[in-house]
Amino acid sequence: MKFNPADMQAYSIEVDHLTKKFGQFTAVDQISFKVAKGEIFGFLGANGAGKTTAMRMLTGLSKPTSGSGMVAGFDVIHDYEKIKTRIGYMSQKFSLYEDLTVKQNIRFFGGIYGLSKQEIRQKTDAILHDLRLSEVASKLVASLPLGWKQRLAFAISMVHDPDIVFLDEPTGGVDPMVRREFWEAIYEAAGHGRTIFVTTHYLDEAEYCDRVSIMVAGKIEALDTPANLKKQFGSQTMNDVFLKLVR
Amino acid sequence: MAAIEVNNISRAYGQVQALDAVSLSVEYGELFGLIGPDGAGKSTLFRILTTLLLADKGQATVAGHDVEKAYRQIRKQVGYMPGRFSLYQDLTVEENLKFFATIFNTTVEENYNLIKDIYEQIEPFKKRPAGKLSGGMKQKLALSCALIHKPKVLFLDEPTTGVDAVSRQEFWDMLKSLKAKGIAILVSTPYMDEAGMCDRIALIQNGRILQTDTPGKIVDSYPSPLYAIRSGNNYELLKILRDMDYTRSALPFGEYLHLATHANVSIDEIISSLDPADYPDLEVRPIEPDIEDLFLELSREV
Amino acid sequence: MIKVFRAFIQKEIYHILRDRRTLLILFGMPVAQVLIFGFAVTNEFKNANIDILDHAKDQTSSKLVRHMTSSGHFNVNRMLVSEKQVEEGFRSGKTDLVMVIPTDFSKDLYTYDPAQVQLIADGSDPNMANALVQYARVMINDFQQQEYKEPANPYQVNIETRMLYNPLLESAYNFIPGTIALILLIISAMMTSLTIAREKEQGTMEILLVSPLPPLLIILGKVAPYAILSFIDAVLILVMGYFIFGVPVTGSLVLLLCLCMVYVITALSLGTLISTTSETQQDAMMKSLIGLLMPSTLLSGFIFPLTSMPEVLQYISHIIPATYFIEILKGIMLRGVGLEYIIFEVSVLLFMIVAFLTLTWKKFKIRLE
Repeated sequence: MKFNPADMQAYSIEVDHLTKKFGQFTAVDQISFKVAKGEIFGFLGANGAGKTTAMRMLTGLSKPTSGSGMVAGFDVIHDYEKIKTRIGYMSQKFSLYEDLTVKQNIRFFGGIYGLSKQEIRQKTDAILHDLRLSEVASKLVASLPLGWKQRLAFAISMVHDPDIVFLDEPTGGVDPMVRREFWEAIYEAAGHGRTIFVTTHYLDEAEYCDRVSIMVAGKIEALDTPANLKKQFGSQTMNDVFLKLVR
Repeated sequence: MAAIEVNNISRAYGQVQALDAVSLSVEYGELFGLIGPDGAGKSTLFRILTTLLLADKGQATVAGHDVEKAYRQIRKQVGYMPGRFSLYQDLTVEENLKFFATIFNTTVEENYNLIKDIYEQIEPFKKRPAGKLSGGMKQKLALSCALIHKPKVLFLDEPTTGVDAVSRQEFWDMLKSLKAKGIAILVSTPYMDEAGMCDRIALIQNGRILQTDTPGKIVDSYPSPLYAIRSGNNYELLKILRDMDYTRSALPFGEYLHLATHANVSIDEIISSLDPADYPDLEVRPIEPDIEDLFLELSREV
Repeated sequence: MIKVFRAFIQKEIYHILRDRRTLLILFGMPVAQVLIFGFAVTNEFKNANIDILDHAKDQTSSKLVRHMTSSGHFNVNRMLVSEKQVEEGFRSGKTDLVMVIPTDFSKDLYTYDPAQVQLIADGSDPNMANALVQYARVMINDFQQQEYKEPANPYQVNIETRMLYNPLLESAYNFIPGTIALILLIISAMMTSLTIAREKEQGTMEILLVSPLPPLLIILGKVAPYAILSFIDAVLILVMGYFIFGVPVTGSLVLLLCLCMVYVITALSLGTLISTTSETQQDAMMKSLIGLLMPSTLLSGFIFPLTSMPEVLQYISHIIPATYFIEILKGIMLRGVGLEYIIFEVSVLLFMIVAFLTLTWKKFKIRLE
């Protein structure tokens, strides 16, 4: 974690009064925040607090009703198609095709991001080498242990060298040891200057982040480092912070 | 006799040994937690105990009845909430509750006192289809449906998965009041931080029970001193700590690293082993281990 | 137990009423299918091309040809000179019907020997062919009455029809029995297998199993509403057939409805059998489509006559319940026969019920596996 909140000059994400309304209902209500390059940013909220809607706007899947924002150097209102080429996405629910082999998955995702054959070959070699998966390169993903799958999915979400990787509940419910390995991989990616944007409602997952924002009913009600938040709310755990804030 | 008695239960799916000689017992009025990650075998054990699956080996009784021979008796006396939301999404809250009351040969009114506290929270939405409820409300409805026939033993398979922190907290509070009514509750969860809510827990991984005891005693069995360490650059620090002679294990734990050391090392020695220039804001303090530390320790031994 | 059963049925009715797709399949599909088949069969045609092979070449025969074209329905395509030319027109698709007038046509017409006129149609489109032949028949009889100026004597002109490519073309009313057989199969077998698979997919089956409900009650509770709905559909199709297309029920209506029920039970037992082997709705759907609907549509004699099929397919058609039911329906509705003429088909259906239920019983698990 080379990130230091004190000297945020380069921002990967900057949003200002971003708002999304569905008819009369305001799902996201004027949220503003900045995420520095190389930061691990936790994006928290209860079910239905507007997390998913906000993330859709950040990833260019949904057009904001009002407000402005830049993600990976592109405007969320006008250049949302370009945003998609500069971000990676991984969700615990869907990430890899289980009935394809490790290599085929890499090739497929490299292909949809427009990598050349040459680049795909290089990427494949690099991923197989870094994750020590060379021996199982031709095995179906379904046959791999969960921990390997997860790290492979993470590596594949970065196959096109995105500036930002969005992780949706990446380690909820997985084996504690697997979870640790995964976070180490995240730290490493962030160390290389990649911004990591984690949405989750598992609060212990939030403790791994550099900074955390908590959404309640469409608004960001708290945003700081986990340590400062705990101090501010006089709590021992992020879980407690969350409960105090939401209740 | 205990409410749930499990003796050396084993079960395989093809090549995969889902459960390997699992034993445990749960008393009436006890809240027993089965704690382990996804794929540890929790759901398989639940299905065996709710008579949905047969074990390959071993015996088990629920409410005094053998799970294989007396499945009919067991089915009358247990409440079961499967791992995923398993109510009729197109029926309303009220219709679901009524239906489950009827198939258990009872009525909502007859046992209303048991579910009153829980059901009152979702009653304002009783005309809403179950599929349109929030995660927390679905879970309360599912619990109400599982309780409506006043079961002696309650099986809750990962009831808090996918539910936000507030609803989770409320859910555990509900379970505490239920066990006070003498119901035996076996609950599973992948979240280590929920272990403290249970009277006793069993840690399970890869089909094997690692340890069974009260959460307090389980934590006390941690074998070595433990420190929480933090710096501006945890990832670098982690790599350096792993190379130190005094390190048993070093793992990321939220904003801290947890360092387990061999017994003969002091805080000062740890601090002095690290270059202060690299870690200006270094923080080291001894801590009590929690369930997750112990789980990691136990799974390391295996 | 009755109370539990009632609650179960009520739940099932809620499911059906709240799912538009189910409702559409239940009531939209039978109506649509009857209308589509019905209108395809009774399709009005204009200016159908008729080739004429006139061996007589006299006044009477040319009068007949004029009479045929006067209606505006037939249009003389060309005059043939030899038998060999008959198929050419059909092959090139320019000809819809060929009429062959024998050499001694006029002589026969005015004497007591029956006159012979041959109509040749393209049986590969049986509905069209049938309609053309029916119409031409009426026209010829009409002509004969005009010429003879005496009350109709149907034996005066013998019209010999030959269906090329499909020699045993059957009545146009075929579509009503066929539609009933198919619709009942879809609703009874496919819908029940889908709804049971849905309970498995959503995990509710798990809860039902871990309740004191006997498995038989679960099955009956799922099946009963669909049995009733299928029966309502059968009646709906019969009513539509009668009032819109004039398809009669010449035999006993009571017998017909009873045997509809027998067939519904056959289909339901087949549906439950499918559901015991499927874990998901998709699975159940594929099995119903490939295992039931396709063979029942193609091999039951509904669309293609059994007798013109290769032997292997004929064997397969004998294990399809719809084959027997279509025979039963045709017997009662069109030929007006009693139970004694269709006792074989009825026994086969009853035997199938016993077989399917036994298999279901053996396969239904009181546990998940």
